[in-house]
Amino acid sequence: MASAAPHLIGGTTTATVPPARTGAEPLSLLPAEDLDTLLMIRHFELAVLELFSQGLLHGTTHTCLGQEYIPVALYALLDEGDYIFSNHRGHGHYLARFRDPHGLLAEIMGREGAVCHGVGGSQHIYRDRYLSTGVQGESLPVAAGVALHLRRAEPGRIAVVHIGDGTWGEGAVYEALNMAQLWRLPLLVVVENNKIAQSTPTERQMAGTIQARAAAFGIRYHHVTSHDVVQVRRELSDAIADIRTRPQPLVVEFSTHRVGPHSKGDDSRPAEVVRHAAARDWYHRYGERHPEQFAVADRNQRLAMAEVVREVQARPASRWEHS
Amino acid sequence: MTRPERVIGNLNRALHKLLDDDPRAYVVGEDIADPYGGAFKATRGLSDRHPERVISSPISEGGIVGVAAGLALTGNHPVVEMMFSDFAALAFDQLLNFASKSVSMYGRTVAMGMVVRCPTGGNRGYGPTHSQSLQKHFIGIPALSLHEMSPFHDNADVLTAMLSREQPCMLFEDKTLYTRGMHQGGVVDDLFRYELLDDPSRTARVFPVDCGDPDWIILAPGGLTERAVAAMRTLLLEEEVTCELLVPSRLYPFTVEPLLETVSRARRICVAEDSAADGTWGEMLAQQLHQHLWRRLARPVLLLSAQPSVIPTAAHLEHAVLLQATALRRALTEASQ
Ligand SMILES: Cc1ncc(C[n+]2csc(CCOP(=O)(O)OP(=O)(O)O)c2C)c(N)n1
Ligand SMILES: [Mg+2]
Repeated sequence: MASAAPHLIGGTTTATVPPARTGAEPLSLLPAEDLDTLLMIRHFELAVLELFSQGLLHGTTHTCLGQEYIPVALYALLDEGDYIFSNHRGHGHYLARFRDPHGLLAEIMGREGAVCHGVGGSQHIYRDRYLSTGVQGESLPVAAGVALHLRRAEPGRIAVVHIGDGTWGEGAVYEALNMAQLWRLPLLVVVENNKIAQSTPTERQMAGTIQARAAAFGIRYHHVTSHDVVQVRRELSDAIADIRTRPQPLVVEFSTHRVGPHSKGDDSRPAEVVRHAAARDWYHRYGERHPEQFAVADRNQRLAMAEVVREVQARPASRWEHS
Repeated sequence: MTRPERVIGNLNRALHKLLDDDPRAYVVGEDIADPYGGAFKATRGLSDRHPERVISSPISEGGIVGVAAGLALTGNHPVVEMMFSDFAALAFDQLLNFASKSVSMYGRTVAMGMVVRCPTGGNRGYGPTHSQSLQKHFIGIPALSLHEMSPFHDNADVLTAMLSREQPCMLFEDKTLYTRGMHQGGVVDDLFRYELLDDPSRTARVFPVDCGDPDWIILAPGGLTERAVAAMRTLLLEEEVTCELLVPSRLYPFTVEPLLETVSRARRICVAEDSAADGTWGEMLAQQLHQHLWRRLARPVLLLSAQPSVIPTAAHLEHAVLLQATALRRALTEASQ
């Protein structure tokens, strides 16, 4: 099998494993590498919002504040040969896979060294086996096609596709789920249910549940409520290993929180909803639980990101050789 | 004399050859597996021979074009069959926003070799949602090229040409052509001959035996061939009006420049097509022709399309809406005065 010894790209799976807990549990101590990635993403997103507020960015962007732990936890279970399909809220996915804040910021700012020469911007990135695009739901059938290829040509590898709760309104999702189960495609659908789609709370846009929808196709489903990187890995490692050896789709729903606005300053949620999300934010919870490790790492990442911003901002504009 | 190969047989043979020769080729579509072999039988025998790469799918046009895009992204050469081209509307997002854009939106060229086959057009009584010629809705999309089947172009060559572009392509197949014969050896019939030009659109040129510069040049996609030749025949025999017909294999991108020497031999030009009038391929061609030949033409390019109407089911009503050989001939006669 092609991925008998997967190279782990998101950190390690070995750390002290706490008992299963819910979203409010104390967060486990993380290896420095994982904490650094979490904080890199956090400070990247804060920097992006800051650049926007200063009028230094063009267009729009969607930050993943509060949801950083999902790719950091998950990608430790992936192999470089696995495909990742990201969506509009993809900075954390990109950084967890490549740890390349320079390339991503340059992409968002249209500067030299941009991953896609500034053509794609925040929502349209393709690098190695990572691809994002900006039309909700569209990438599921594409990911199914990639999974079809992997099943035949590179058994053991999987296609991973990230979607939000709101994207379950799109028909493309169901067409893809149907084919994925019918053809037993190694497709991992990661649902980041942050309970809102732009301005619309989930209960105003979704009838029934994601679990029941997966069940309707006979697709395996796992619900992750924990925000603990170690716990998430522990919960998912067997299920993901299993779809490698016995190809089939798997839906994993993360109950998570959008701590920031949908895109820039557009948060129309009531104050108590925003407060509730902020209270669940791993960032503060981790800092309170492991203050010494956190303080040093947080400071280092903040300073490093300030340096990234300064360096990238000083670069010349990106160039695109259009054929 | 052996009977000529039918167009559907030629297409089926082309798909067999593709799967035989190219280990990365796939064929995906609804009801395409044997023994059924597709609604128009284009895929007959494929799944028996290549069960792993011939995939009969659910009714999911957007889904399967997305799957094809995923296959293309991983270096494969998928061919997707839309059961009727009308249903390509359900795959519009995948074609417009994913497959074609992926060629350039990531800042470098991404190979996306894939073909969406579209059984097209009317005159078979399938009614308003199964008879349209949707070419015009897909024109002008960067990195999406449109081709049309014809009795002059060998489908194996057309498939090779499309896949070697490494960009998404659509192949429009006029359904009335399937049962017709392929032309071979440069002969259309007793009056007309043809040759393939080597312009980028691989245009077939149909011309009367023994004729100098023609009165008219007609440009038309492959589906119009038979109607155009019928009109040309009557005009020649009854009115001594000589016409040549140009049938490009690739409809878009299309540039008339390589054909200027050929088209400027006539002072009258007609573009004929089966799309509902307005915003069409023919208008794009007419604009290009006017740009280059404005002063030489005896009259503006004559543009003939189907009526701007839904396509009715009843034979007499359908006949009146679509462009027929008689209407084509009548229009050419009137414009010859
Ligand atoms: C087809 C389509 N419709 C609408 C949008 C605009 N849009 C961008 S993000 C978004 C909300 C998506 O919500 P969800 O799937 O829950 O993801 P989240 O933003 O919460 O991460 C919308 C409506 C889009 N990008 N694509
Ligand atoms: Mg959401």
